[in-house]
Amino acid sequence: MIGTQTSDAYASDLQGWQLEKQLKGDQGLEIILAGRWCLDQALPSWEVLKTELGRNDLRHLYFRADHLAAWDTGLLAFLSGVLKFSAGHDIAVDCNGLPAGVQHLLNMASAGPEQNIDARRQSKAGMFSRIGVATIDFCRGFPEMLHFLGEVTLSMGRLLTGRAQFRRSDFWLEVEEVGPRALVIVTVISFLVGLILAYLGADQLRLVGAQIFIADLVAIGMVREVGALMTGIIIAGRTGAAFAAQLGTMQVNEEIDAFRTLGISAIDFLVLPRILALVLMVPLLTLYAAFVGMTAGLLVSYFIFDIGFFEYYTETLRALEIKHFMVGLSKGGVYGAMVAYAGCLRGMHCGRSAEAVGEAATSAVVTGILLITIMASLMTIIFYRLGI
Amino acid sequence: MPGTPHIEVSNLTMAYGDFVVQHDLNFVVQKGDIFIIMGGNGCGKTTLMRALVGLQKPAAGTVYYEGEDFWNVSANDQERLKRRFGVMFQGGALWSSLSLAENVALPLHEYTCLAQARIDEIVSFKLALVGLAGFEDFYPAELSGGMRKRAGLARAMALDPDILVVDEPSSGLDPLNARHLDDLIVELRDGLGTTIVVVTHELASILSIGSNSIYLDAETHTMIATGNPQQAAQTGDAKVRHFLSRGEL
Repeated sequence: MIGTQTSDAYASDLQGWQLEKQLKGDQGLEIILAGRWCLDQALPSWEVLKTELGRNDLRHLYFRADHLAAWDTGLLAFLSGVLKFSAGHDIAVDCNGLPAGVQHLLNMASAGPEQNIDARRQSKAGMFSRIGVATIDFCRGFPEMLHFLGEVTLSMGRLLTGRAQFRRSDFWLEVEEVGPRALVIVTVISFLVGLILAYLGADQLRLVGAQIFIADLVAIGMVREVGALMTGIIIAGRTGAAFAAQLGTMQVNEEIDAFRTLGISAIDFLVLPRILALVLMVPLLTLYAAFVGMTAGLLVSYFIFDIGFFEYYTETLRALEIKHFMVGLSKGGVYGAMVAYAGCLRGMHCGRSAEAVGEAATSAVVTGILLITIMASLMTIIFYRLGI
Repeated sequence: MPGTPHIEVSNLTMAYGDFVVQHDLNFVVQKGDIFIIMGGNGCGKTTLMRALVGLQKPAAGTVYYEGEDFWNVSANDQERLKRRFGVMFQGGALWSSLSLAENVALPLHEYTCLAQARIDEIVSFKLALVGLAGFEDFYPAELSGGMRKRAGLARAMALDPDILVVDEPSSGLDPLNARHLDDLIVELRDGLGTTIVVVTHELASILSIGSNSIYLDAETHTMIATGNPQQAAQTGDAKVRHFLSRGEL
């Protein structure tokens, strides 16, 4: 092969890049670059040179770039691939034929300060391993929930003994946020639910000619069950998600770590006022929702089913007993606690990214509604057994 | 083409409501400059940067990119102009749901017709340039603040923009990485002809890489000096010399 020179070209159009290869001397190869090597066009991979570079007797690589019109990192990425391959195959590279800027930037890319990376590239996991990981994560969630419950209980203990550190003003701010500011949505939803209950009852009770009992159905239904349930679900979507997002963002900003380093319990300071605010306000909202629902029942009965105003009123009074209110209020309190617990749990265990905050908020709502439903069933059974 | 005015800021006033942060700023950034915007904390450096890159409309005045009035052209033209600059934000501003490689690749996917394999090569090269070779599959949350910042620079450089605007590039970096970043900025200018606007108060960077600068004063709310930072350190306004000597002059 001594003295022979072959030339080959992969050239695109005139505006584009040009690449030629030329044998040089005994064991050398010269790569000739010309034209525009810029990102605004389709550039070749360095692998178009793989056959030549892979030759066993190749020991030296040279470049020539006399007719290189323009270049950017498109060229650099191409050359970087060539250099990496050469380094791995014992080929000495002479970069002097390249523009000075190209040489400097290539040097910079290979000379960054050392990084100690534990090359833990995340491989794409298969379906089964992903299901496995998800299951393990799910199961790990339970001890986490219990641990948080324990922390909250201890914090409650500190509150009762007067040693919990939190600002009363925070508590009242939360009260305002979860109570009065939720009134509009609670009004709309409980009114519509009361209306649905009245229609549902009217339809069934007409069969036995006992439409007056719409009042009983709406009153007992709203006060005992539906008022608390609807309020709980509204609060889970509105306030539970807000708690998770607030605490999650604080976690991202290291605000919670700042509490820890000062020896202030983040649970006392952040979680306690939120839980207390919800436990106080949700029963009140429940009561309010029940009244709005009963009003809707009254309007439907009066205007649509021709039941007298006072008839409906007396029937409602007759149906309602104090125990129904106790049941409704206690459910409201428990649901409020569940929503606050779920929101604070997810917020405090949030990861450190925007995505994690979103996940925490979603999870807070899902967990909140799940806990509400579980508690609703449990309490219904218990109250039934107790005859309340 | 050194000597062509590239960015021209004319009578620019930045304000938040009634509070004027900086008023009557006039300066020119030439092509191939490493232009430093310096000043103490809270003087409005970042606010000025936001006006330069189209994030915040100035209260008065405007910015010209090669003669085009950025704040008075159509929305489409603004988009076209915006594509000519890359911005590195203080904290990196990486998209947390994307890996580093995906962060850098996104602009390439959106604005070039390169094949996936080419994009991967380019992304790896850019990450290597900022000293993050091998971190392609990491997510921003898994990185330190300094690494996020450098990855933010890699993303700003993704499309090889004509103008690179970097906010506090070396604050929070160790001296070696800060030096590496300064060197990289100089090499980008020398190699690719990129015009670079650096918002910073790091003295070492200002004096070693800056070819031109303005100093924003927090008290008078306007610029009080312009010119080469090394000259400014010797013969400039008393306040600027005070600033550039860490209060010793």
